[in-house]
Amino acid sequence: MNHLPLIIKREYLTKVKNKAFIIMTFLSPLIIIGLISVVAYLAQMNNNKERQISVLDQSGLFQDIFKDTQNTKYTILENNVSLENAKTLVEEKGNYGLLHIKKMDSLNEAKSSFSFYSEDSPSISVISNLDNIIEKELTNINMNRLGVNPEIIKTSKITVDIVQESFAGEKTSEIDSGIKIAFGVAAGYMLFMFIIIYGNMIMRSVIEEKTSRIIEVIISSVKPVQLMLGKIIGTSLVGITQVVIWIILGSVLIVVVSLVFGIDLSQINSPQQEVLQQAMQSSGNGMDKIQEVVNAFFNLPLANLIIAFILFFISGYLLYSSLYAAIGAAVDNETDTQQFMMPIILPLILAVYVGGFTVIEDPHGTVSTVFSFIPFTSPVVMLMRIPFGVPIWQQLLSLTILIGTFMFTVWFAAKIYRVGILMYGKKPSYKEIMKWIKY
Amino acid sequence: MNNLLEVHSVSKNFGDFTALNNVSITVPKGSIFGLLGPNGAGKTTLIRVINQITMPDTGHVLLDGDPLKNHHVKDIGYLPEERGLYKSMKVGEQALYLAQLKGMQKSEAKKRLKMWFERLEIGDWWNKKIQELSKGMAQKIQFVVTVLHEPKLLIFDEPFSGFDPINANLIKDQILRLRDEGATVIFSTHRMESVEELCDDIALIHQSNKVLDGNLMDIKRQFKSNTFQIGISPNNTNLEQELTSKFSVSPAEFRSLGDDLKLNIKLSENESSNDLLAYLSSKGQISHFVEVIPSASDIFIQTVQNN
Repeated sequence: MNHLPLIIKREYLTKVKNKAFIIMTFLSPLIIIGLISVVAYLAQMNNNKERQISVLDQSGLFQDIFKDTQNTKYTILENNVSLENAKTLVEEKGNYGLLHIKKMDSLNEAKSSFSFYSEDSPSISVISNLDNIIEKELTNINMNRLGVNPEIIKTSKITVDIVQESFAGEKTSEIDSGIKIAFGVAAGYMLFMFIIIYGNMIMRSVIEEKTSRIIEVIISSVKPVQLMLGKIIGTSLVGITQVVIWIILGSVLIVVVSLVFGIDLSQINSPQQEVLQQAMQSSGNGMDKIQEVVNAFFNLPLANLIIAFILFFISGYLLYSSLYAAIGAAVDNETDTQQFMMPIILPLILAVYVGGFTVIEDPHGTVSTVFSFIPFTSPVVMLMRIPFGVPIWQQLLSLTILIGTFMFTVWFAAKIYRVGILMYGKKPSYKEIMKWIKY
Repeated sequence: MNNLLEVHSVSKNFGDFTALNNVSITVPKGSIFGLLGPNGAGKTTLIRVINQITMPDTGHVLLDGDPLKNHHVKDIGYLPEERGLYKSMKVGEQALYLAQLKGMQKSEAKKRLKMWFERLEIGDWWNKKIQELSKGMAQKIQFVVTVLHEPKLLIFDEPFSGFDPINANLIKDQILRLRDEGATVIFSTHRMESVEELCDDIALIHQSNKVLDGNLMDIKRQFKSNTFQIGISPNNTNLEQELTSKFSVSPAEFRSLGDDLKLNIKLSENESSNDLLAYLSSKGQISHFVEVIPSASDIFIQTVQNN
C-alpha cells in the first residue's frame, strides 16, 4: 500500500491551515515592506533638506565653481571678513556650515588649506562633494600652470572595457561578472535559508508526533521511511507555497507602496553609495548601462542555470532535511536538539562562506572546485559557481555524488528514525544513535 | 486453521539486551488472549513484532496461516499503550486519515465512523479539536480508530487505562461484541480482574521468556492446591488443635455472620473433599465450605516469583 500521497496531503494541509503559519505568511511581507518604506521615507526626508553652506575664500582661487544644486545652496562671503567673524555670522544665520579656504602661496599648501566648520559633524556626502569640486578645480589650475590644456586631457581620455572570452568562444564582460555573482549568491543564500527554515519545520513536526504519542499508531499502518519521506515532501511543498506567496505579495506591496505613497524604494541610499554614484556619474550613460545589464543577463547559460538550480536545490534540500528528520526522531523535545544541530549547521555555514568569498574571487580555483564536489557543501557552492560556466561533466559528477550521499543519508536517517520514534524519556548520545543503526 | 496467529520461536536483541528469547504463542481464532507479564518483560516488543514495527532477529509469525506481509497491516488493529492523537487536528478528519492509512476508502470510513460515534455516544464530537477533549474522551476516539477497519486481529495494550468505570464497561462490552462478531483479541494488561473477566487463554512472559501459556481454566486447575476454605462452629473447643495436627492448616479471612472458626485446609493428594466434609460435619456446625481457586493474580505472582 502506498500511503505517501495521503501523508503528504495531511502534512501539507495541517501546516497550511495552522493559524501561526497563515499569520507569518501574510504578515511578514507586510512588516518587511513597511520597514523598508519607513527607512526609504526617512532617507528621502533627509535628502530633501536644503543645506546652506557659506564659503570664505581667502585664496581668491575659486570664483564660481560652487554652483547651487537642489539640496545645497552656496553663499560666497566677502574675502575681507575674518574667520572669527565669518564663523559667528554663519552660526547666527543658522547655516549648515562654513567652508574656509586659507590664503595659499603655492598650490603645494593646498593639502592643509581647507577647513569646514559646522554645528554638528557634517554629512559624509557633503564633505566628499566639496572635496570633489575643489580637487577638480585645483587640478585644472595646476594643469594650466604647468602648461597643459585640461580640454586636451579630457578629449584624449579613452575608456576601455576588456572583453573576456574563453577559448571556447564564450564572451563575458565586467558587468557579466557582476550579474553572475548576484545570481550565484542569491541562489546559494536561498538554498541556505530554505534548509534552515523548513528543515527545522520538519524536525518539529517529527517531535510533535513523538510528544503527542501518535507515532506508534501511525507506524503500525505505515513504514517509517514512507512517513519520513511524506513529512519531508509535505513540508517542502509548504515551504514552496510560503515563498511563492511572499514573492507575489512582496512585489504587489512594493508597487502599491511606490504608487500610493510616492516613495521610491530605490532611494534608500547609504552615504557610501552616494559617494560611489557621484564618482560614476562622469562615465557612461544610464540607458547604456541598463542595456548592458539586460544583455549580460541573457548571456548567462540560462537553461543550464535553471536546470542545475532545480536539481541541486532539491537534492541539497533533501539531503539536509532527512538529517533534520533523524534529529527530530532521536530526541524528545526541541531543547535537546542543540547538540545534534551543530554538525548540520557547520557545513552549511562553511558552504556559504566558501561561496561568498572564494568563489567570487576565483570561481574555478582549487578550493571552489573541491567544495563544489563535497556533498554537504556542493549544493550551495556549485550553484554559485555555475553562472561562471562549469563544465557539464563536473556538474553531473557533483550531482551524482550529491544524490548518492542523499540516498545514503535517507537510509541512515530512516534507520535512526525507525528506532528513535519509539524511544521515549532519555536524551540519546551519539554512541547510542550509532547502535540504533544495527537494530 | 484454528489458530489466527502463530508466533514461532521469535527472538529479538537490542544490542546486548535480549528483549525476546525464543518466544512462541498461538492465539485461537475468535478468542480473547491475555498477554501478561511484569513491566519490561518484552510484551510490547512482541506486540511490535506482530505489528511489523520491529523485525525479529529469528523466528517467524503466521497470521491466518500466512507469513506476515505488508498487506496484513489492514488485518490488524493496534491500540498501543503509548497512544495519542494529533493535537491540532479535528476529531473527524483525524479519524478519517488514520482509517485511510489502514487502507479504507474515504466514504466507507466516514459511514462506519458515524456508526461507531453513535454507538459510543460521541456523535457531536466530529468537529472538535483533540486538544479540547479530556484524556478519556481521546481514548474513545483511539478505540474507534483501532477497530474501525474491522480487522481480524485486535491488539489492545492496557485498553482501560484512563477510563472511568462506566466507560471502561462500555469499552469492555464493545470488545466482547467484536469477539462475538468473529474478531480475535490480544489483550495486554496488568489489571488481573479484567484478565479474569475476559480472557480465554493467556501467556505469561517474564524476563524475555515465555514462562506459562494455555487455557486460563486449565492453568487454574494446574495451579489449584487442593485447599478448602471452611467456617465451622465447633462442638468442642479443641477442634482447631485437632485439625492442625491432622491437616496443614492456615487461618482464613472471609465475612460471616457468626463467630465461627475460619481456616484454610490443604489436603494431600489422596484425600478428597468429601472425606474432609464428612469429618468436619461430625465435629460441628459447618457454615462455609469452598474450594480455593487460584486467581489470575495469584498465578501471576507465583509464577514470576518462582522464576
